[in-house]
Parts: sequence; C-alpha cells; structure tokens
Amino acid sequence: MNSLRLALASFAARAAGALLRLAGSGGTSAPGKILLALAPKAIAQRSAALERGCAVISATNGKTTTSAIAAQIMQRDGAALVHNRAGANMAGGIAAALNDQHGDFGLFEVDEFWLAMLVDELRPRSVLMANLFRDQLDRYGELDEINARWSKVAISPAVGQIVLNADDPLIASLGSDVDAALYYGIEDETVGSEHAQHATEQACCPICAEQFSYSRYFVGHLGHYYCAKGHPGRPKVEVSASEIATSGLGSSSFTLNIGGRSYRAELAMPGLYNVYNALAAAALANSLGVSDEAIIAGIAAASPAFGRAESLSVGGRESSIILIKNPAGTNEVLRTLTSDRASRDLLIVLNDQIADGRDISWIWDADFEQLADSGRPITCSGSRAVELGLRLKYAGVDPELIRVEADLREALAAALDGGGERLVVLPTYTAMLEVRELLVSRGAAEGSFG
Amino acid sequence: MAKARLRIAALYPEQLNIYADRGNIAVLESRCRWRSIESHVTAVGLGETIDPERFDLIYLGGGQDDDQRRCAADLLEHKRSGLIAAAANGAVLLGICGGYQLFGHWYELADERIEGVGILNVETVRGKGPRLIGNVAVETSLPGASPRAVLAGFENHGGRTRLIGGGAPLGRVIKGNGNDGVSGEEGCRDGNVIGTYLHGPLLPANCWFADWLIATAIGASAELAPLDDALELAAHKAACAAAGVNG
Repeated sequence: MNSLRLALASFAARAAGALLRLAGSGGTSAPGKILLALAPKAIAQRSAALERGCAVISATNGKTTTSAIAAQIMQRDGAALVHNRAGANMAGGIAAALNDQHGDFGLFEVDEFWLAMLVDELRPRSVLMANLFRDQLDRYGELDEINARWSKVAISPAVGQIVLNADDPLIASLGSDVDAALYYGIEDETVGSEHAQHATEQACCPICAEQFSYSRYFVGHLGHYYCAKGHPGRPKVEVSASEIATSGLGSSSFTLNIGGRSYRAELAMPGLYNVYNALAAAALANSLGVSDEAIIAGIAAASPAFGRAESLSVGGRESSIILIKNPAGTNEVLRTLTSDRASRDLLIVLNDQIADGRDISWIWDADFEQLADSGRPITCSGSRAVELGLRLKYAGVDPELIRVEADLREALAAALDGGGERLVVLPTYTAMLEVRELLVSRGAAEGSFG
Repeated sequence: MAKARLRIAALYPEQLNIYADRGNIAVLESRCRWRSIESHVTAVGLGETIDPERFDLIYLGGGQDDDQRRCAADLLEHKRSGLIAAAANGAVLLGICGGYQLFGHWYELADERIEGVGILNVETVRGKGPRLIGNVAVETSLPGASPRAVLAGFENHGGRTRLIGGGAPLGRVIKGNGNDGVSGEEGCRDGNVIGTYLHGPLLPANCWFADWLIATAIGASAELAPLDDALELAAHKAACAAAGVNG
C-alpha cells in the first residue's frame, strides 16, 4: 500500500513539474511539495532506496558552493548523484530532487532551519555543519535558536558521522559530546588577522562562559580561538589547509592536508571563504571514504556555483557577479575586491525580498569602509538603493562618487559606461537573478558563465 | 555658545550589537563631525561602571538571549546607579530592542525573570505567539521636533512590552506591531530616557531623530547647523515606503 501510494504521488508530482515547466515557471520545489502532501514519508522512502546512502550539507554561508564542490568530488568517486543543485534546500526541493533524479548517492544542501527535521528523514551517512553566521535573522529569530536545533542533529541516532568546522566555535562545540566528529580548519595563520571585523559574533567557552580569545581571525568569527582559563578551545583538525594563496578575483590555491598526507589544491574561486568551502567539501568526502585523488581532482574541476562569483564577458569586458547577503560574506568579498589592482566599475544591488532578507540593517555591519578610498564611482541599485547609497556616504565614500539608481537596467548601463577594465556586480540574491538575466540579454553569452 | 561636544557611551558593543547598532553610533559621530562638534565614543564593557558626569548620551543595543542575560546581570551590578544619575543630570539614554527591554523593570521568560534597570516604566513578557517582525512606522510628538514626525525602521522581537505605572509611549504605531502588536504603542519615553524596538538601524533611516538626540544631549539651546541631507531624506522616505507609509 505504501509503495503504491508513493508511486501515485510520485507520478502526480512529476506531472505537476512537467506542467509547471510547460507554463514557463522555474519552480523547483512545487512538485516536491505536491509529492509530500500526497505521500508524507516520500523523503524517507526515497532516501532509504539510495544504494550508497546520502550526505547533507548545511551552513549559513557557502552551502551552495560547498555542495557544488562536493558534487564534483563525488562524481570523480563514481557516484551517480541525486543532488538539489538549484539550491532548493527545504523539504519540497529535496523531495523534488529525490523524485526526479535517478542515482545511487544523495547529496543535499539543507536550509539551516530545516536541518533537524530533514536528517530524521534522510538518515545521512555524514552531515557537514560548516558555519553559523548571523544570517536572515528576520526569518528565523536568533542564532541561539538554530544552534539549539543543530545540537540535536549532532547527537541524532539518524546521523552516521558529523563533520565540523573547527574554526567556528559555535560549530566546534557541537562535537563536544560526540565520539566520532571529523574536524577541519585553516592552519595558515599568515592569511588571518589579529583583529576581529565589525560583524563578528561573540562565542563563549561552553564550560566557564568566558568569551573566547583569538590568536587569529580568518573570516568573521572563524579563526584560532582559545579559552583564557585553559578550557578546551579549537579542536585538533583532521583535514586542513595551509600555505594558502588567494590571488584577487580569479582563483586561489592551498595545500590540502588529509591525515598525514599533503597535496596542492587549485581552486577556480577567489577568497578565503571559498578555501573554507573547498576544505569543507574535502572533509565531507573524506568522512565518506572517498580517495584523496578524487578529492583533489574534484576541487580542481569545480566552477563557481550559480551566481556565486561567476565570471562572464560583457561587450568584450571581463565582468564578475559576486553574491552578497550578510556582513561576514560581504566583508570577504570587499577584501578580495580591494586586493585586486585592476580598475573596476562597481555596481552594488540591494533588494529586500524574503529571499534577500527583509531587514537590511546588515549593511551597517558590513565594512563598506573598505571602499572609502577607491576613488571611482560606485553605482547603487535595487529596491533599497537609497539606503545603500547612504551607507556608502557614512562609510566615507565621497558623496560625489555615489550614484543611486533604483532602476537596475539604468544602473547597469551607468556602471558599464564607467570605462574601467572590469565590471564587478555585488547583488543580493533576488538582485543576482535580475542582473544575470539583464546581462544575458545584453549579449553576455550564456555559455561563458562559470 | 560654548564649543559644543558630544560624549557618547556605547554599552557592551561586543555583546549587544545584533541589529547593526554600530550604524546608529556612526551616524551620531558623522553628523557631529560634519558640524565641527567634537564627539567621542567610549565603549563601556562588562564589569565597568558608568561615571554619570562623563557622558551626554548613553547607548544600549540588543543581543542574543544569552548575551542579553549576561549584560542584564552586569547592568544591575555595575551600571544601574550610574545610569540613574546620568538620567537625572539630563543625559540622553537610548535603548534599542534588547536595550529597551533592559531599561524596563523586568523581562519574563518561560521559567525566569530577568531584572531590568527600571528607568523606563515598562515590563516585557516573552509571548507565546510568533516574533513580531517587519517594517514599522511610528508617529511621534517630541518637544522641539516637528509635530507628528515619523520614525521608520524594522522590528524583530519575541518579547511583548507593556507600559506600566504611568509610562508614556515614544509614539503611536502607523504601520507594524510596536510594543506588543495590540496596544498601538511603540517604545517608551520619560524625559530624555528613550526605549524603542525600531532598528534598521534607527538613526540612518531617521536623521531628524539623530539630530534631535544630538541637540538634546548637548543642551536645549543648541541650534544645529543644517547639512546636505538629500540622501538622508530619501532614505527616510524609502524606509517609510517599505513600511507602507508616505514619509
């Protein structure tokens, strides 16, 4: 009876998906929602049928990119993937992927709020919990709430192994009551800073509640931390990155250490935050027993995920689209940007749809002060273009250089007229979708994405 | 007029900074600097006391529950008497979101009661309902400000706050939830002590209010030089529009 019900529900969901596609809607989770309404156990049933099991990735920052790298690695290990590629990462999107795709291994990025519910259904071999930045607070309430939910995931009998970022104290503490947590982290202190950035979360020692001290900050609150009273701090890492070279907007490389073995890894993505993403994917793959060779090859083959640091050519000019959505990520993008010597025309697009976060206060926590001395015009667009322009003014950008143009088409034209060597667009999520469409219509060959 | 200066105390900037409270301080500092008003920001952290003679404006932001709990205990132990004395001296005290709750008498959670400083006549209870989240616009009536001047911002709070013992609201809700989603009241004001749930942050979206705070903190007679506020006024309009109100 159960399997008949699942088969009928599955058929209905696929038919709905086909109809939606015919109607021109890109909705990737609607068919999944139909499936779940008709067969509430569909995720558990479909997941249990995956021959090589599944793995789950969650984080506030970088889960789509991390999943994309992990997918490359798993394919090189011979897996036929069932993978929610489009970033539809709640129950509906995962049900849709399980229903539409055929494979032997499931790789799912899961929304941080849905993680606890979905691991019970998916029963993954490994769960990667990569970071917790203050993100989309208006949707979920506070970070503490997500942390409490994730603590349950860490000790859940439905989970085979947990893979944790040792450099995030909020994440590392999830492993304190677990025997077999696999930790990863950055070992190269030269790429860090002794001082915290403004948007940094405060984390406390779980034993004495004193704030952790840091010898190095890498990205936001990720770093080398310790308890001043001598309680356990950053755990020992099994998978690590050392000798990191980040070179401007294009790429980065690092030495990947797995157990006692070391390899040089080349990554076609910029910035320390992407080194973390690659490291996370490597640690996850290692926890699944994937060979070192497949891990290195997969990292080298990975290209930027949809909208996350894409490069494309517009009218013969190099252009980049780099998603921004919260202070920590934005700070890293700005840091990468200001380290790049090429002259650039900068377009920043701030929308406030639900997918962007309705609350735009976060722009005041991001260090736009890094742009104060850039000396070139900056175009602000999106539904909250004015507030973005105001933020730049108080960051010390010369008001004469701040152009506010809410209409994205006009703003893009103005930015393209700037005459710099390169166009850089920093959009929030829904703005990224609009920018991409506009650029394609302006003649950026779609094949040139990624 | 004597050379004007604004001495700001930012309380617990490491713990209570959740909704970009830094933006509020940045606006106060910049708007003083542009007018050649000397301004100075002092971070006052855990364990430190407040010398009421040293500050014209004291700022308290919001944080996660755990941080707020630690700061509440510290406020009572180390800062309560300084805050009360500063308020009596006429200093401006501004509490936003969690800071607003801590200026009140208490904050009741499911199984505990966090004592507040008690300089605003409000009490807060963590309601069973959903968090009150969204854009909000409030009509105020402040001495020396334009009548019915609007404050626009964003709110995100689980606590329901109620005026008690003759407490007066900062303003009336035009759009949004305000203190508890039902009373139509937002914030609380007692003289120069002000609490509100509005962030966004508050002052970038409402430069008139930033100037009102500066003028009030410096002294009632202070006339602030006008600034080129084209972008500020447009941002205020945009924040009002986001709440569904004409600014």
